Parts: sequence; C-alpha cells; structure tokens
Amino acid sequence: MSDSDTVGRPGAPGLARGPRGGAAPDTAPEAPISTPQGSGGSPVQPPKVITRPGDKIFKALTVGSGVFVVAMIALIGIFLLIQAIPSLADNQANFLFGRDWDADPQGGLAFGVLDLLLVTVFSAVFALIIAMPISLGIALFLTQYAPRRLARPFAYLVDLLAAVPSIIYGLWGAYVLAPALSPISTWLNEHLGFIPLFATGTSNLAIGQTIFTAGIVLAVMLLPIITAISREVFDRTPPMQIEGALALGATKWEVVRTTVLPFGRAGYISASMLGLGRALGETIAVLIILSSTTSHFGFSLFDGGDTIASKIARAAQEFNDPRGAGAYIAAGLVLFVLTFVVNAFARSIISGHKEYE
Amino acid sequence: MISKRPATVLGFIAAGALALTACGSDNNTATPGANNTAAPAPTATTPVECGGKKSLVAEGSSAQKGAIEAFVAAYGAKCSGQQLAYTPSGSGAGVKQFNAGIVDIGGSDSPLNKDKGEVEAAAKRCQGNPAWNLPLVFGPVGIAYKLDGVTSLTVTPELTAKIFSGAVTKWNDPAVAAVNSGATLPDKAITVIYRGDESGTTDNFQKYLKAAGKGAWTKDAGKKFNGGVGQGAQGSAGVADAIGAGDGTIGYIEWSYVQDKKLSAAKLDSGSGAVELGAEGAAAAIKSAKVKGEGNDLVLDLDSLYASNTAGAYPLVLATYEIVCSKGYDADTTKAVKAFLNVAATDGQGALAEAGYVPLPNEFQAKLLGAIKAIA
Repeated sequence: MSDSDTVGRPGAPGLARGPRGGAAPDTAPEAPISTPQGSGGSPVQPPKVITRPGDKIFKALTVGSGVFVVAMIALIGIFLLIQAIPSLADNQANFLFGRDWDADPQGGLAFGVLDLLLVTVFSAVFALIIAMPISLGIALFLTQYAPRRLARPFAYLVDLLAAVPSIIYGLWGAYVLAPALSPISTWLNEHLGFIPLFATGTSNLAIGQTIFTAGIVLAVMLLPIITAISREVFDRTPPMQIEGALALGATKWEVVRTTVLPFGRAGYISASMLGLGRALGETIAVLIILSSTTSHFGFSLFDGGDTIASKIARAAQEFNDPRGAGAYIAAGLVLFVLTFVVNAFARSIISGHKEYE
Repeated sequence: MISKRPATVLGFIAAGALALTACGSDNNTATPGANNTAAPAPTATTPVECGGKKSLVAEGSSAQKGAIEAFVAAYGAKCSGQQLAYTPSGSGAGVKQFNAGIVDIGGSDSPLNKDKGEVEAAAKRCQGNPAWNLPLVFGPVGIAYKLDGVTSLTVTPELTAKIFSGAVTKWNDPAVAAVNSGATLPDKAITVIYRGDESGTTDNFQKYLKAAGKGAWTKDAGKKFNGGVGQGAQGSAGVADAIGAGDGTIGYIEWSYVQDKKLSAAKLDSGSGAVELGAEGAAAAIKSAKVKGEGNDLVLDLDSLYASNTAGAYPLVLATYEIVCSKGYDADTTKAVKAFLNVAATDGQGALAEAGYVPLPNEFQAKLLGAIKAIA
C-alpha cells in the first residue's frame, strides 16, 4: 500500500477538489464550509492566530522535508552533469544521435546514446500498451463490478505484485516466460514477419531474450502501479452522478462509460505515465532478460539490445576509469531527463483536468 | 633460483621427485577419450609458517573467485584462525585497490600494465620494491555448443575465429565439415552467444583467436566482444543458460560453467589432434608456457602459449594472476601473505579440478613456490 500512497500523490489534488466542487458548485469561493468527507482533516481555524511550539516544530519539519527533496533532485542532476561533462567533451561521436557505444577510454571515447534511448522507449511503450487496458479492466472490476467482500483481498493481491522484487521478475522472465513465449514469438515471426514489428531481429527466438519478453515482464510490473492509482480515482466518482445515471435508466456499462471513465480519465492517464516512468528506469529485470547485441536496433520486438539503465548496470562492475564511467553517467543523465519529461507530461495532464468533464 | 635456505632445497627435491611420479600417473590416465576431469594435483609440500596478520584482504578478478574460495578453505584448515576475504569486483578494481594499498593481494586477469602506469604505482605501494605477478590460477575456457543431433564437435582456432566473427554462419558450412568429417551437420544458422558485460574471459578469448587464428580474427582483443555477431548474455551463467536454451548455439565460457550446466564442449584441434576440454589438456599447455617476466615476476607469454600446437595440449586457458609485493609489506602481513600463497600452491590445489580450474603442473608449481619463498 505504501507504494500506491506515494505514487498516488499527484492524482490527489485534482481529485480531492472534484467532489467538493461538485457538492457546492455555486457558493462563494472562500465560504468556510466544513466538508463532511473530511478529506483534509484540517482543524477549524479560530479568528485569532495562536501559535504553539508544536506549530513551529511541525512547520520546520515539513519545510525541511520539502527543501530536502528539492535539494536532493538538484544535487543528483548536478552530480550527473559534473561527472558527464569531461567525457562528453572527449566524445568523438555524436552523443545524442550516434548509434554505437564505445566507452573504452583506450583508443578514444566514441559513444552515442540513440540506440539505447530507442530500445528504452520502445520496450517501455510496448509494456505500457499491454499494461494499460489490463489495468483499466482490473481497476473497473475492483471498483464497479466486484462484490465488496471480494474487492478488498483482490486489491491486496494486485498490490502485492508491486512488492515482488524486480530481480524475481527478471529471473521469472528469463527462465520461465522466455521459453514459454518462444512458440508464440516464432509463430508471429513466421506469419506476420512482413510487419517490421515482428521482423526477424537480432535475438534468437528459441532462447527468447527479446524485447518482446522483456516488454511483457515490464507490463506485469506496471500492472500494480497503474491499477492502484486508477482504482483510487474510479472509487471517487461522485455517487450522486452514478445514481443519477442509474436513475436515468443507464445500464452498468453505460454508468461506467458516462460517469466513471470521464471522471477518472485524467487520473488513469497520469497513472499510466507514472508506470511509464517506472518502465523506462527498470534495470535488473531488463538486464537479466534482454540479450545485448552489436547490431543496431531495427524496431523489431524480436531484437535484443540494451536500455540505458541495463547498459549502465552491465558496465557498472568495471567502472575503473572516470572517463569511461562518465560516458555511462551521461547516458544516465539522458534517462534522468527523459523520466523528468514523462513525469512533467503526466502532471500537465492532471493540471489540465482540474475539474472533471 | 639458488636458495640458501635448506627448507627450499628440500621443497625442490620433493617437488622434483613428485614431478616424476606425477608424470608416471599422467601416462596412465591420459588415454585418448578418457574422461579427463581428474587431473593430477601437484603434491609437493612446503613448510608453511602460519601466523601474522589474522585476516588478509584481497580483491579482483571474478574469474578466480572459485579457486580463491578453495584456497581460503585450505588456508583455514592449515592455519586455524587465519583467513582471507576476497572481493570479486573485477580485475581493474583489484589492481586499483592493490596499488592504493587497500588490499594485500590483488587478483587480475592480466599482469600489471606498464603503459597505464600500473607498474610504477605498484612499486610505490610496495615502498619502492617491485610488485610481482604470480599466475596462480588457471582455468580452461570451453567452446560450448548446443546442436541437436551432434554429440561431438571439433573446431580449429581458425574455424573458431571465423564463427565468432561471422564469416561462418551455418553449421553445415564446408569449413565446419572439413574438421568434422563423418558428422552429419544440420542446415541451421549458428547463433553466437557472447558475454554482454565486459570480462577478462572475453579478453583472453579474443587474444587467443588473434594469436592462434592464423589471421582469421581481424578484430581487436579487449574486454568487450568485438566479433560483431550473435547476442550477448549477462555473465558466464547467462551465457551458459542461453547456450543451453537454444539450438545451434555456440559460445565461450569457463570450464566450471560447462560442467555445472552440463553443456557439450567442442574439442580443440590446434594442429596436432583434437584435444578435449579438461584439466589435463590445459595442464599440458601450461607446462609449456613461457615466462616473459624477469626473475620471480612470472608474467606469462600468452601469445606463445595460445599459438602453441603441442600434442595433447588445450591452449585456450585463462591465466589469472595474484599481484603481491616482492618486499615492503610489514612483517605481520608478509608472514600471512606467504603462508596463504604457500597453502594455495600446495594444499589448495587438491580441490581445484572440482571447481573448474586446472591444478598447477609440478614444474610450474616449483617456479611459484620459489617466488613465494623470495617474498621478504
């Protein structure tokens, strides 16, 4: 649950405001209505301001935490930049558009991040395409269809998926899923091979260390994240709206379509974006499952390759030379910026939907 | 190597005598086609003076981790209460930590490199005395394959170089058939599996192909696989699993992984007959290895080792070094380092074959014991 709490934060402001706005849409903005939902739990403020030591301490603690997290992010960014700049200056290839990675300082650094970036985004998006509809189904089932008695334990079960360490997913993917998927991927390759997505890639299908396998494992890892947030969002659909729809003769599916989905869309999309952030940064599972390759990435699900994170992890044991390590840190910087962009995008979706449609 | 100490002389005599007996047993077991997992361990003993620093620290190559574990067990048995902690963090880290004076012994897949300034840095760490590279741990590297219907495969260094650089891509290629006359080779694509992470095994394998491949290997050596074909897997275990999971796969891994994962390994024909992967063939190759270092700095001439075509020898061997100070440790550490190395070169050899390493041939053991003795 702690996982869903932390990642659930971004959805909360927009949602908390939703029902309140719905309950009193036309009153004065500053009217001191005490909300029966008690979502904030804020104490009733007396007219004169009294501060007690507790207030000061609590304020200092919260401000401190806020400053700490901002400083932390800034320091990580600065660390990445400082470590990466000397290597980037020595780089003989185009960093952003180069496709070959040679971070061996002997004979000159020549590293380009493009292939790593493409594999990272490609596998994460593939995972998201699988995970999004399934998560939507689970969340709707849990909030709308499942009997209350069943919904609780079932929700715990889904959350439990988030508690499984990613190395377990990696081992499961490499030793159980990869051979099991082999006939499916071979069939896809034989019959749909004319589509570039299913074209013969750089990875042997019998072994199964493909982006296809890695993407499916990533999708399973995303399920709990997307489901947990979507569930919270759908749960907060104003009951009056649901009842209104029911009163107008809507069937269950029509209720979901006309009230739950429009209300929860922003939360659902932002949940998916947070999941995407997780998929982009997933390291150890990808490292175990995906085969590396010396060829360029060919936009096939049956390619091998390395994501940025797995490339760094593969090399991390032999970081002896600061310039070689700097090349990997530069790639890490790209990943850092990428996840930042994805998160910012998720946030912009939330803030663009302050009130439900 | 004339020593004034009677113990050394005794040790040498013992080693010499046992070398003769070992040769005798060699002839008995080295029948072609015999299961050659049981190579004779050298049986020379040397007086070990236990004591000194209670716990030594060493760090370096992960390729020798299993051997060091066997040595540590023997060390603890011989000198109760004494121990050594080994961190398998890679050769580069081993050299770095040794030169920084953080660890007592560095483990490395390659000797100290003069061009990188490692030799000078090591001399500085040893209070102005040279550091020695002692090749204590040898492990053959297997060319493992999985090909349904083919139970015995022979490769030459040249063919190996062609397969691992993409010049031969089918199992029924005439080049494969030429060295496997009589075998029915399927019309299947060859899937090359290589180490996706940087590794000393890859480095040695590529050096071998360059030295022995008769020009068929045009790529560089190095810790990164440069063949340009196939797919990479993580770590030796990953390579072994990938080879086992596919069909038509081939890859290079340490002998211990070939044993553990029950893979088939190709026989290596360096020009004087096919030799099976195993301790005996590797020991025969090590026996003929030349030392290019000076005095007790036993740096091996790998190029000549790899290019050798001694009958019965399996020259694709990974040699890993212990890097120690010739002088300059404090008295406590000197005593413990010498005790550990002595145990490693004698009692520790017994369990090596099981762990996938080659027990030292007697000739070589004598050289090592001499060097260990000379540490002051």
